[in-house]
Order: sequence, then structure tokens, then C-alpha cells
Amino acid sequence: MMRPFLRVLTPVFIMLMAVLLSGCGEQFIVLDPKGPIGESQKDLIYFSTILCAVIIVPVLILTAVIVWRYRDKPGSKASYKPNWEHSTKLEITWWSIPIVAILILAIVTVKYTYALEPSKPIESAKAPITIQVTSLDWKWLFKYPEEDIATINYIKIPEDVPIKFQLTSDTAMNSFWVPQLGGQIYSMSGMAMTLFLQADEQGSYYGSGANFTGKDFAKMTFKVDATSEEDYKAWVDEVKATSPALTMEGFEKLTEPSTSDVQLFSSFPEGLFQKVVMQYVNGGGGAHQHHGSSEAEATGTTDTEAAPADTTESHDHNASNTDSNTHAGH
Amino acid sequence: MLDKIKEFASEFFVTGDPLILGAQVSIGLSLVAIIFVLTFFKKWRWLWTEWLTSVDHKKIGIMYIIASILMLFRGGVDALLMRVQLAAPEVEFLQPEHYNQIFTTHGVIMILFMAMPLMFGLFNIVVPLQIGARDVAFPFLNSLSFWMFFFGAMLFNVSFIIGGSPDAGWLAYPPLSELSGSPGLGQDFYIWGIQISGIGSLATGINFVVTILKMRAPGMKLMQMPMFVWSVLSSCITIMFAFPILTVTLFLLFIDRYLGAHFFTLDGGGNPMMYINLIWMWGHPEVYIVILPAFGIFSEIVSAFSKKKLFGYKSMVFALMSISFFSFFTWAHHFFTMGSGANVNAFFALTTMLIAIPTGVKIFNWLFTMYRGRITFTTPMMWTIAFIPCFVVGGMTGVLLSVAPADFQFHNSYFLIAHFHQVLIGGVVFGYFAGLYYWWPKMFGFRLHEGLGKWAFWFWNIGFYVCFMPQYALGLMGMTRRFNAYDFDMGWQPLNVVSTVGAFLMGIAFIFQVWQIAHSIRFFKKEKDGDAWDGRTLEWSIPSPAPLYNFARLPQVTSQDEWWEEKQRIANGQPAKPLAPLEPIHMPKNSGIPFIMSLCWFTAGFGFVWDWLWMAIPGLIGVAICMLARSFSYDTDYYIPVDEIERTEAALRGTK
Repeated sequence: MMRPFLRVLTPVFIMLMAVLLSGCGEQFIVLDPKGPIGESQKDLIYFSTILCAVIIVPVLILTAVIVWRYRDKPGSKASYKPNWEHSTKLEITWWSIPIVAILILAIVTVKYTYALEPSKPIESAKAPITIQVTSLDWKWLFKYPEEDIATINYIKIPEDVPIKFQLTSDTAMNSFWVPQLGGQIYSMSGMAMTLFLQADEQGSYYGSGANFTGKDFAKMTFKVDATSEEDYKAWVDEVKATSPALTMEGFEKLTEPSTSDVQLFSSFPEGLFQKVVMQYVNGGGGAHQHHGSSEAEATGTTDTEAAPADTTESHDHNASNTDSNTHAGH
Repeated sequence: MLDKIKEFASEFFVTGDPLILGAQVSIGLSLVAIIFVLTFFKKWRWLWTEWLTSVDHKKIGIMYIIASILMLFRGGVDALLMRVQLAAPEVEFLQPEHYNQIFTTHGVIMILFMAMPLMFGLFNIVVPLQIGARDVAFPFLNSLSFWMFFFGAMLFNVSFIIGGSPDAGWLAYPPLSELSGSPGLGQDFYIWGIQISGIGSLATGINFVVTILKMRAPGMKLMQMPMFVWSVLSSCITIMFAFPILTVTLFLLFIDRYLGAHFFTLDGGGNPMMYINLIWMWGHPEVYIVILPAFGIFSEIVSAFSKKKLFGYKSMVFALMSISFFSFFTWAHHFFTMGSGANVNAFFALTTMLIAIPTGVKIFNWLFTMYRGRITFTTPMMWTIAFIPCFVVGGMTGVLLSVAPADFQFHNSYFLIAHFHQVLIGGVVFGYFAGLYYWWPKMFGFRLHEGLGKWAFWFWNIGFYVCFMPQYALGLMGMTRRFNAYDFDMGWQPLNVVSTVGAFLMGIAFIFQVWQIAHSIRFFKKEKDGDAWDGRTLEWSIPSPAPLYNFARLPQVTSQDEWWEEKQRIANGQPAKPLAPLEPIHMPKNSGIPFIMSLCWFTAGFGFVWDWLWMAIPGLIGVAICMLARSFSYDTDYYIPVDEIERTEAALRGTK
């Protein structure tokens, strides 16, 4: 009975391991990063996979051996000890195995968690370029405040320059993900998140909205083109020269639920990003009024929650560390 | 007048989709058929007195299991529809709105209306028998729990044909689930369906904690309980702390929607992120609630079919209880990407990894229970053996996901989808199937056909790997969840086609299981004695199916695996325990109140969904009347006389 069982499972596991470990195929974009953040994350994925595999592969083999050796068959020579139910030595061994593995993984994880905190600037000789990202129903608005241009569903960046993405949402929470540059982060209304990414190579990278936001959220994919700095400058100049301006009315129109092709704008209303972030704060100058039930009384309550929350602060380092240590001791 | 009715009907019923129209017609026809059969065979009274009003834990368990298998069918059809769409997105088999409804209902149904009731069904049937009790601590409440679950599930399911299904995802994040995002009725069906069944779940949790702590047979110490009972205890304690969070969260969402409050809307000072935190504070413990009893089932089966004592009993108990405890401190790993900062992410990454330790220990203990044993490959044991590699790999990908900075690349991708399906199918579903096969002879007094069961087993397993292994790869290829369509350029299609083939293999497996049950009923062969598998625990010491009162004499327990030890003693020529004289047995009376009260809840919920106060208020009044009626009824129990017990026992055991 076991033979077909193992025969099926073994190739499946080999396949799985092959997929996880090699990932050399061009289509495995998560494992084919083109920037420092994605690169570190890939290393971490490989490291944790190998560490886990070191434990689970022997366990899988052990399972197969035990099941085969102790199967009930006439004249089995394997020992049979129906009341053998405890061995302090063995049990200490297998409490220690996962504890040691998890300890190693925990140390690495904590180190990387701080190193790869998304709002931490990437070290570089070059000054970062800011791109303000706003998720709308069902399109992405990207604004380049330094160049004063804006795009829909398209990003162009120069290679080797850190990009500071500031993210918010004008609607439900989405998630901004360009796998080949690095991990995703949520875009949330009423807040401004920060995410630093960088492309080390020229190329065209896939990006998507990774969190469900309703009907046409699957259409919120976009392309990130990384080019040389000259090409990037030339593109900015071309957009400025040839594209229409994004007006406030134009923005209002964009916020209506619909999908969109790539669009380019030579300018955008000043402070638009701040307005979108602050629209729920009383007196914060709502960009537009379309949220919630129309009878929503905009009176009363003072709102401090909605103020832009930067995530860099790490004032309670020690407190949190003590916490986790206490738990690890259990 | 006719126009008005037409207009009402077009709002009331979901219209315009041939798939749904087909479902409406078939549901209507099957209702007519059921009513006809019941009337023709004059079975209405039987249905009412034997089932609907029953407070017998064994019958309630069977009703839970029937309901959950129906829900497995519906959730499974949802899954197949999604897989068809994803295999060929260019065909537009489903409209985006329809696709969103389907993945929402698939998630809700599989977790809340399939896994939970299947679990409660097994609790009900097995726990009292294993601890040597005659019923649960609160039999009336137990019946109420079942009917609350049942009517809650029906209220949720009815949205499929009446009013429209929810489509904001299985956890209904605001603002999508608020009025601004979901103006339709689907979200209200979601809230009320889950609320009503959630009250039932909470009551069941309390009921079983009390049952296990207070109703064990004389002599049974806590550390002598069967491992399944320990797992039920840990699961039910988790329920007691987790479900109130769900109830409060959904209640706040209801107030937002119904009374225009702003708990989770940004305008007006609320915060949608608070909802996401709250719902996962329930949602994460919830997955442990369903997996812990599966661990208990595997422990029972591995020991029974290795003919060996469970290895490392104390370690197992400690592992179960610590998983239950730590499950409350991991919720934020569902949104590492919310940007809570490195401190928060590091904390939740570590707590999540911690859970891997007791889980890993359990795997070793199962392996060493088989080590130096004698393994026989019956269907329950095959599911258990298949579970181990599946869960080990699923657990490993879970550890990978817990590495917070790496999770930024896994989050919301098909890697995540593959992971949780691997632990939920490979762990929970395999576990409950194993339990169902194992205890089936105890429930019904006949066995399931082993050959067909093995066909189902292989189809399920092969189908599972074919379906979900490609999804890990798809995740690494950047495919995110809930996409109803994708670009052909991404190269995702071949693996999606493979995955769909796997899903259909599991569909075939389900058909084999239905066939297996039908075949086994058709060629019914009564079990000769109650000990179908040469079992170890008390449930195997009594006839199958168990008589109403379970144990004619309450067993005196002196050891873990009491029934096994007793059989050993007899085999060694030691005298059997002397039989105490029979005494009249105190039993609870059946009651129609749980059914009626739950029906009133259904009415109230339906009324609130449609904002029909003329319906909701009488419903709530009905609930209050039922509570009063119960409070003032004193005639709730009776005694089974000794001569009746003697007659029943003689008939069941074929003696005298």
C-alpha cells in the first residue's frame, strides 16, 4: 500500500524543492530581483528555506522509513513495544531541534526586519527621487513632485537612484507591489506610508495592486521602466512638453470608479497628495467629498487618527524587545 | 399591482445570471421533493420528535456532519468555478462581480460553515463517549447551538438566490464592507449569518469546556483523558476567548451600516485598520480552533492503528495548550505590510515562529508512536499518514511566511494561498476525514466500504498536490490572490491550468466519497460488536451505535487507554471488573424550543437584512418568548427505569 504512496509523493517534493530552491526561470520574478531591497529579501527567502529544509527533509525521510519498517505484515522482524510511550532523552532532543532552528531564524529575522524596514532610506551617493502613489478605484496615480509631472498606471525611474515612494489611498486599502524591486506595502487612506526601492538594472518590471479593492482591482497592474538617467530626464522633458496638465476637475474624474490605460500629465495641482491624505481631518481641506454616506455630518469629532502617520519612529525599541524575550522564555 | 409584485420580485431574487437561475430552479425542485417524500412516507412527526427536537449529543453530531457535508459541496463548487475562470480568463466565464462573490462565499463557507460544524459534529459524537458521560453538560444549550449554527448558515446561503451575495472578501475589510463599498444586501446577510451561527459556536465552546471538566467518568484524571479530549478542551478554550471578539467586531460593523456610525470609516473619526486588527484577533485563533481537534484525531488514530500507546503524552498536552495560548499573540502577521514599524513586526514574527516549536514536537511524537508499532493501513490511518508530510511542508511554508521582511514578497500572493490551503486541507480536512472514517462505525453501526474509500483517498491526495503545488510557484511568479483575470504575458496560464485539473481531481474524490457512503448504506452490514478497530478508549466499550444513555453503568477509570487495558487484563486471565447493579438513568427531555428560537433569530436577521422592522421586531420578540418559556419550564428531565435499560442492553449486546 505504501509503495504507490511514496512513489507519488517523492517526485512531488523534489519538484517543490526544485521550484523553491532554483527559481532560475525568468518568470519567477520574486526570485529574480533587480534592486537591493528585493535582493536582500531573496537572500532571506533562500536562507529560511534552506534552514527549514535541513529539518524537514530528514523528517520526511524518517516518516517514510518508519511507516515502511513498522507496517504490519506476517513475520515482521521489526521490534514491537506496545507500551513504550516515553523517553526523556528523545523528547528533549525533539524539543531542542525546532527550538534551535527557530532561534537561528528568529535572530536573522529580527536583524532583517530592522534592516529592511520599508521607510528606511537606501544608502546611496545619489539623492532619492520622490514618487507619490495614490491608489484610486481602479487605477494608480503616480506623481513626481520634484519634476511636477504625473502618470496613471505607469512609472519610469532612473537606474541606481533610490526612489522614495510615498503612498496613500483615496479609497479602500490596496497594496503597492513591484516584485522585482522589492516587497509590497499597503496604501491606506488617511495615512502616508513610505517605501524605499531602487532598480540596479535597466528593464521593465511588473507591478500590481496586491490587495483586493473591489470590482476591477485586477486591472490595477502597471509597468515600471528603469532606464538610464539621461533617458529618464529626456522622458520627463517630453512629458512636460507634450502631455496635458492634470487639473483638480481631472483628478475628481479619476476618483470615479473606472479602469484606465496609461496616461501622462505635464503638471498636477499643488499639494494634491497632502489633500488626499488629510481629507478626513477637519479643516484639512478635503480634496473632494464623495466618501461614505452623503448624510455624514462633518461636524464635531476632532480626528487625530487620520493625521499622516510616518512609520519610521522606533522609540519603544527596548520595550518591544523585552516583550518578545519574555514570550520566548515560555 | 402585478407590476409592483414584479418589481419586488426582481429586487428580492437575484436575477440575470443563468448559473444562478439554474441553482434557484434546482433548489426549488429539491425543496418540493423533500416535502413530498416527507409527506408521502408520513415522516413529519418522526422528523420532529426524533431529530429537530432531539437533545441527544449523538443525533446533534450527525446533523452537524450532514450540514457540513452539504456546505463542503457548495464551497467546493465555488472553488471549481473559480478554478475554471482562472484556467481560461480570456473566456470571461465569470463576471468580476460574480467572481468576487464566489471567492467571498467560498472562504466564509469553508471555514465557518464547513470546518466548524464538521468539528462540532465530531466533538458531539465523540467527547461524551470518550469521557464516559451520558450527554454533554448542557444538552438543551447544545441543541440550541446546533440550530443557531444551522439557521445562521442558511441565512448566509440564502443570499445566493435572494438579495445578492457578499463580495468584500471572506473577512470583509472596510471600507469595502461599509455602505459606501457594499451598498447591497450581501454584506448584511454576511453579518447576520455569521453573528447568529457565532453565538452557537461560542455556546458550544462553553458547553464542552464544562463537559470535559465536570462530566468525566469516575476515576478519570485530567492526565488520563484521551488526547482528542485534550485537543477539544484546548480548542474550546480558544473559542471562548476568540468568538466574543468576532461578535463585537461584526456588531460594530452592523452599527456602522445600519445606524450610520463611524467605527470603521475614516470620515467621522473611525479607523478601518482597527477592524483589520480586531477581525484577525479572532481570525488567527480561529485557524487554531479548527486545527487543534484534528491534531487530537491524529493522535487517537495513530495510536489505535499502530497498536501502541501514544508517545509523549505529557509533551502532547503541553504542546496543545501552548499552541492555544500563543495563537492569541500572532494576529498581526496577517498584515506585516501595514507598516506598523520594525518593533511590531519583529514581535509578531517571533510569536508566530514560536508556534512552530510545539507543532514540530507533535510531529515527532506521532512518528515515534508508529516507531516500534504495528501499522495497519485502514482508511483512517491512510489519511493520518498522508497528513504528516503534507502538514510538514505546509508548516514549513508557514514559517517562511512568518519571516516578516520576506513576507513583504509573499503577502497576498498565491504563495500564501497555497500555504493556507495546504495546512487547512492537509491538516484540518484530512484530519476530519480521518475522524469521520474512524468513528463512522460508532455513529451508525456499519462500516464504510474500504475500497471506495481508498479511491477517494488517492484522488484527494493527488488532486491536492496537483492543485496547490503550482500555486506556490505562481506566487513566486508574482500572481496575487483574488485576481479574476491576468495578462497572458505573465506566463501564469500553464500552471493555472494544472492547478484547475487538480481541483477537479478533488471534485472527483468527493464524488467517490458520496458513492462510498451510498454503497455502504445499500449493502448495509451491521457491526457485530461495538469495537470496530480493536480500539483503546471508552467509546469502543459500548455497542454501535451507542444507546440513548451511552453507558448502562458509568465506567470506573484507572488508566489512560482504559478499554485497551481492560481487554489486556481479560486476555491475561485476570477477572473482569465486577458489574455494579443497574440504576435508573437521569436523562434530559427533548425540546422544540431551540429549533423555534433559532427560527426566530433567522426571522429577525432576515428582517434586519432587508430593513423590515415589521419582521425583525416580531423575530426578536419570539426569541424573548422562547427564553421565558424555557426559564419557566420545570419538566425538563426524566429517568430511564432499570428494566428498560436491561431490555435495551440485552437487545444491543445480543445476550439473553
